[in-house]
Amino acid sequence: MALDKYGIAKRIAQELQDGMYINLGIGIPTLVANYIPEGISVMLQSENGMLGIGPYPTEEEIDADLINAGKETVTVIPGSVFFDSAESFGMIRAGKVDLTVLGAMEVSEKGDIANWKIPNKMVKGMGGAMDLVASAKNIIVAMMHTNPKGESKLLPECTLPLTGVSCVKKVITELAVLEIEPGVGFILKETAPGVTVEEVQTKTLGKLIVSPDVKEMKI
Amino acid sequence: MNKIVADATTAIHDIQDGATIMLGGFGLCGIPENCIRALADKNVKELTCISNNAGVDEFGLGILLKTRQIKKMMSSYVGENAEFERQLLNGELEVDLIPQGTLATRIQMAGMGIPAFFTPAGYGTEIAQGKEVRVFNGKHYLMEHALHADFAIVKAWKGDPAGNLLFRKTTRNFSTSMAKAGTITIAEVEELVPLGALDPDQIHVAGIYVHRIFQGNQYEKRIEKRTVQIK
Repeated sequence: MALDKYGIAKRIAQELQDGMYINLGIGIPTLVANYIPEGISVMLQSENGMLGIGPYPTEEEIDADLINAGKETVTVIPGSVFFDSAESFGMIRAGKVDLTVLGAMEVSEKGDIANWKIPNKMVKGMGGAMDLVASAKNIIVAMMHTNPKGESKLLPECTLPLTGVSCVKKVITELAVLEIEPGVGFILKETAPGVTVEEVQTKTLGKLIVSPDVKEMKI
Repeated sequence: MNKIVADATTAIHDIQDGATIMLGGFGLCGIPENCIRALADKNVKELTCISNNAGVDEFGLGILLKTRQIKKMMSSYVGENAEFERQLLNGELEVDLIPQGTLATRIQMAGMGIPAFFTPAGYGTEIAQGKEVRVFNGKHYLMEHALHADFAIVKAWKGDPAGNLLFRKTTRNFSTSMAKAGTITIAEVEELVPLGALDPDQIHVAGIYVHRIFQGNQYEKRIEKRTVQIK
């Protein structure tokens, strides 16, 4: 059976390694923070100027001066640091953030990503997404495999305006874990429990190579 | 050295129609509430506002949008309010969308006296149109220019008569860079302390960048997304 968004977040959490600095985007990526494996210590970075994001506050702890990049109220943890936006993006550009997880509307077999604009609709802006994808060492996209119309979001070429080119390394959807090898395409590494390779093939419009050691995800 | 002015009205008295203004804040966090109210009261028009976001309906820059005082927004993420969307779709408002890190660094560079710099953000996308591309160590970069403003308006936690500023938690965001990028920089603070009361080791913005300072009042500090944990 295909995963739900919590399942996707749980699978992404398995990618975390001890000591990593991680930027989690809005939506499914934010949920990853709930499933950090035991025994692993990571620092979450928020591009509005904070390292070491704690859990949501209690009613008593709420502080309007303390928010994450999703504008949600958060808390500090021991070791938290505040800084300004310019320094925050300096960290990102300089490759100090080890892992970036973000959502997408489309990903191409070359690793291009589109996630900020649908032409002729209200455009809200790219926020920090273009900076993050242009500089992050390791980018994982967390998204549903198809759009609400049932069309594949894993394409030969993105059709929507790009956020960045040749940057996505891995895509984790409700159906599969896929790696992107530039010049080769999507490499199917894992399928969700009960999901067949054929279903992933049918729902992937971009070039898909089934890894010889494809296996079932362990959630 | 005394940069204290009486209030927001005095601080913004010479902001005229058509001015370019930077306003600190991320969402509604750390916005200069007093100066925004004073700008609404003064009813200056045709403003170009450089700010990461554009407020929400009825608060933050949403106030100046509602009164139709803003001609152009330069931001990374906007449209958290219906009035903004209406004006944009009707062609009543210009919007220049800039990647957040590029925006922050363009402002920072203005304060550092560096006219332009190269960033990889936006290479290969539509925002690269018309921009010089250079390759360094095999990677593509876009040339971006420093971003100055006639007035920079920021809100700090504490400040002193010399204009030294101290911020609290995530309110630093764009404000520390903007404070250095204004021809005239106005700081409103929650608490104005005597000269010498701030620890020199703790100051985030040196007073040399700040021209006018006043203690604000009636801070609402609205929260955009009140997320809590149930214990």
